[in-house]
Amino acid sequence: MNADVSPVNSANAPSESEEALPGAAENGPTGERPEAAYLLGLADDAMVYAQRLSEWMTNAPQIEEDMALGNIALDLLGQARALYPYIGSIDGTGRGEDDYAMLRDERDWRNVHLVEQERGDFADEMARLLWFSAYQVELHTALTGSSDDVVVGVAGKALKEVRYHLDHASLWVVRLGDGTAESHRRMKAALERVQPHLAELFDDDDASVTAAELGVGVLPSSLHDGVVARVRRVVQEATLTLPDASPWRSRGGRAGIHSRPMGYLLAEMQHIARSHPGATW
Amino acid sequence: MAVAVESPVAQAISRIPDPEVPVITIAELGILRDVDVDEQTHTVVVTITPTYSGCPAMEAIASRIVFEAREQGYAADVRTQLSPAWTTDWMTDEGRAALQRFGIAPPGPVSGSEAEGRGPVAVRLQRHVVACPRCGSTDTTEIAHFGSTACKALRRCSACLEPFDEFKAI
Repeated sequence: MNADVSPVNSANAPSESEEALPGAAENGPTGERPEAAYLLGLADDAMVYAQRLSEWMTNAPQIEEDMALGNIALDLLGQARALYPYIGSIDGTGRGEDDYAMLRDERDWRNVHLVEQERGDFADEMARLLWFSAYQVELHTALTGSSDDVVVGVAGKALKEVRYHLDHASLWVVRLGDGTAESHRRMKAALERVQPHLAELFDDDDASVTAAELGVGVLPSSLHDGVVARVRRVVQEATLTLPDASPWRSRGGRAGIHSRPMGYLLAEMQHIARSHPGATW
Repeated sequence: MAVAVESPVAQAISRIPDPEVPVITIAELGILRDVDVDEQTHTVVVTITPTYSGCPAMEAIASRIVFEAREQGYAADVRTQLSPAWTTDWMTDEGRAALQRFGIAPPGPVSGSEAEGRGPVAVRLQRHVVACPRCGSTDTTEIAHFGSTACKALRRCSACLEPFDEFKAI
């Protein structure tokens, strides 16, 4: 439904968020609250990254990492599951968690490109996990001061979890960066590869500005310095340096414009639910 | 926590074991937050809180609560509450002793781990001191940050050489 939004300007485009919620148009504004679009972005980040991280089970370099990344994925899945039914109760659609996770098409997802990228090698994943969990620590710390009680509850719970994720990623980045010449080279390359997808985390799109004005959310740009400071400490300990900003950066995830891997991710995640509509087990 | 332990149905519910760590009850674990029994209508409203956001045991616990209540002739309404967030500080002394006997190191106080991630704390490849639940030695090392469930990490005792689970303090 946002086919005419070009990827170049979509991140800060005038609000597409209302019509972007399937069902919202049919149901009209009854009970619809503007912060729903913002919360959908947070939930979709957690859901899509949970899916990506779960791919590591049976693929990680050691069985302990299968367990670790599986557990981190489970925490993120839980965060998404806590938000989806609440979003359904305030966006005027009444949808449940499966409607959001399993029955939306690519253009209806509001996650940033960072979390949908293919998993790459283990250093790539640790670079992404370091940045994303540092972002989540800053985000959920701020959201514990939200005016919305449900958001406060989800954030307070999530904060304990994402601190541990950050700790885990930090240990690996230090171990790899300050390890052998080969692990140092690959950790350095991974930090460079993840760089173009970071700026999108801190874009103040319409939905987040609205949510911040309401006191429900926080401006993503306000999290930037804290996140960078956390990551920089770890990267320095790892005998590495933060790469310069890349000439190209991703845009558009919060407006439903995604990169090539997203469709494949959704196909794998959703095909059972869509092949057997309404099935229970 | 105001659990009405005098009621038989509340007692039955509080004795339900955790599905993943069955040596400890949901009351000892601190995830059973409230049991509100209405003797007039024979209904009971039970409030539970998850250990971790994605804890897969919550559905099994909820259905076991409904089952135990029905055995006592009550209809149960199970509610999940996220806030205040569960902390291992809510675990009872009986629960900690049960974990210890089972070979799981009980969680330490939360204060230290809560501070991590805040402020300019240096990254270190080492963590807090945990005593071996089998021989009591504090000469133990972490071998995996995550264990068989979200709430545990894996350690090894350098004195008796046994690996063991540690219940993480959160």
